[in-house]
Amino acid sequence: MPPAAALQIVPNTPEPEGKRRQVRFRGRSFMALVLTPEPPTEDWLAELDALAARSPGFFGDRPVVLDVSAIKASPRTLAALLGQLESRGVRLIGVEGCDPKFLDGPNARLAMPVGGRAAGELSAPEPGSVATGSLVVEQPVRSGQTISFNGDVTICGSVASGAEVIASGSIHVYGALRGRAIAGSAGNAKARIFCRKLDAELLAIDGVYMTTERLDPKLKGKAVKAWLDGENLRVDALD
Amino acid sequence: MAEVLVVTSGKGGVGKTTSTAALGAALAQTGQNVVVIDFDVGLRNLDLVMGAERRVVYDLINVVQGDANLNQALIKDKRVDSLSLLPASQTRDKDALTAEGVERVINELKGRFDWIICDSPAGIERGAYFAMRHADLAVIVTNPEVSSVRDSDRIIGLLDSKTEKAERGETIEKLLLLTRYDPVRAERGDMLKVDDVLEILSIPLLGIIPESPEVLKASNLGSPVTLANPISAPSRAYLDAARRLRGETIEMTVPTEKRGLFGSLFGRRAA
Repeated sequence: MPPAAALQIVPNTPEPEGKRRQVRFRGRSFMALVLTPEPPTEDWLAELDALAARSPGFFGDRPVVLDVSAIKASPRTLAALLGQLESRGVRLIGVEGCDPKFLDGPNARLAMPVGGRAAGELSAPEPGSVATGSLVVEQPVRSGQTISFNGDVTICGSVASGAEVIASGSIHVYGALRGRAIAGSAGNAKARIFCRKLDAELLAIDGVYMTTERLDPKLKGKAVKAWLDGENLRVDALD
Repeated sequence: MAEVLVVTSGKGGVGKTTSTAALGAALAQTGQNVVVIDFDVGLRNLDLVMGAERRVVYDLINVVQGDANLNQALIKDKRVDSLSLLPASQTRDKDALTAEGVERVINELKGRFDWIICDSPAGIERGAYFAMRHADLAVIVTNPEVSSVRDSDRIIGLLDSKTEKAERGETIEKLLLLTRYDPVRAERGDMLKVDDVLEILSIPLLGIIPESPEVLKASNLGSPVTLANPISAPSRAYLDAARRLRGETIEMTVPTEKRGLFGSLFGRRAA
């Protein structure tokens, strides 16, 4: 079978006369890590190796976009850089910041469409930091603020509508949860979300998310826990 | 010691300018030296609400850029001696504000006034940033309505991170002024209740200003409502709020319109 066949949509029932089957689309968004190499590239690669040595699995299966606007890449140096990254197991899904014509052969598929939305700085793990720390936030998390932490996060106050809490571990909110809670963000199906009063915009654990539109209305305003049951995000009252 | 107060909200049209004028006048009526500054460069309104639009010669931008001094730009109110206005420029935009210029103006005003009240523009951009930058105290004007409450929450977050005080590691005092409140509609559930808003924003309450046609009437007259009709319900609420700003403890009520002499006579007879 030619490779293009994978893209063909084959209706599993013959088309009735005059009635066409609808093609369904689903949108899905991923958080991509954007790497921006700086000249000289050799030093930058050495720094990258040091980072990878400090925290193995930092890149893991994360999708990575390479932004080469800071280095004056030629087609040849770019191909070399891509080879270097590939040998380090970095999963590139795209390259931006250069003429798309520079990407040829097997790399042509990496040309990125223009656009995308910046999602703020991700901090590189500090040397010697443990993967499962704990962060206690005493103040309420206000609309527009993001708390992002590698470990468990405990919020003593409320999380406002339009605020988000992202934790690689579990999230505990002792006030009302009105914004977004994203637990197990770096891949942890055992992470959980607890809150004293549920009115969230979005709950997510290990990439499985749920807008509260889909939630049982009886749980609104209740103290709840959310956990992952296989592929399903489940929410239940605490008492 | 001068107190720098910012009146802010995030959302537009909730009553920042009205509240700036009303609180400024109310504080001045108690004998305090007050200056109100319009930071809404390009869309100035405070001069209209204060009834000083025909007296503007120099403005905040002229002073910030060093083209005029404060004495030339400050407009003294004709009704209350101790109240002054520093108007915004209508022909420029927020890019004309500079960090050094604004800081110099605020510091100079600190030597002359007891209260410096900065009327913030809507939004979270440059104008709003400069209005809150040097504040000791923030009055968050909020309508009992979800979008206004969420925008206020956003502004509180910025006050806690972008102000000079926050950068020094101190906390800026934040007080909620709930405006356009209608107790009957709140009770019916058409409007958020006071407790709902307080629960979401979790900051102390400075006052509740009832919805009233008196506010619009005063604006159109070019007079702070507290001067135009001091016995009206919103004026009494603003006067109470101003006394709370001065540290007095006053029971929190939602004032209602007093019925006229005929109304109360009628009321009594009917009963």
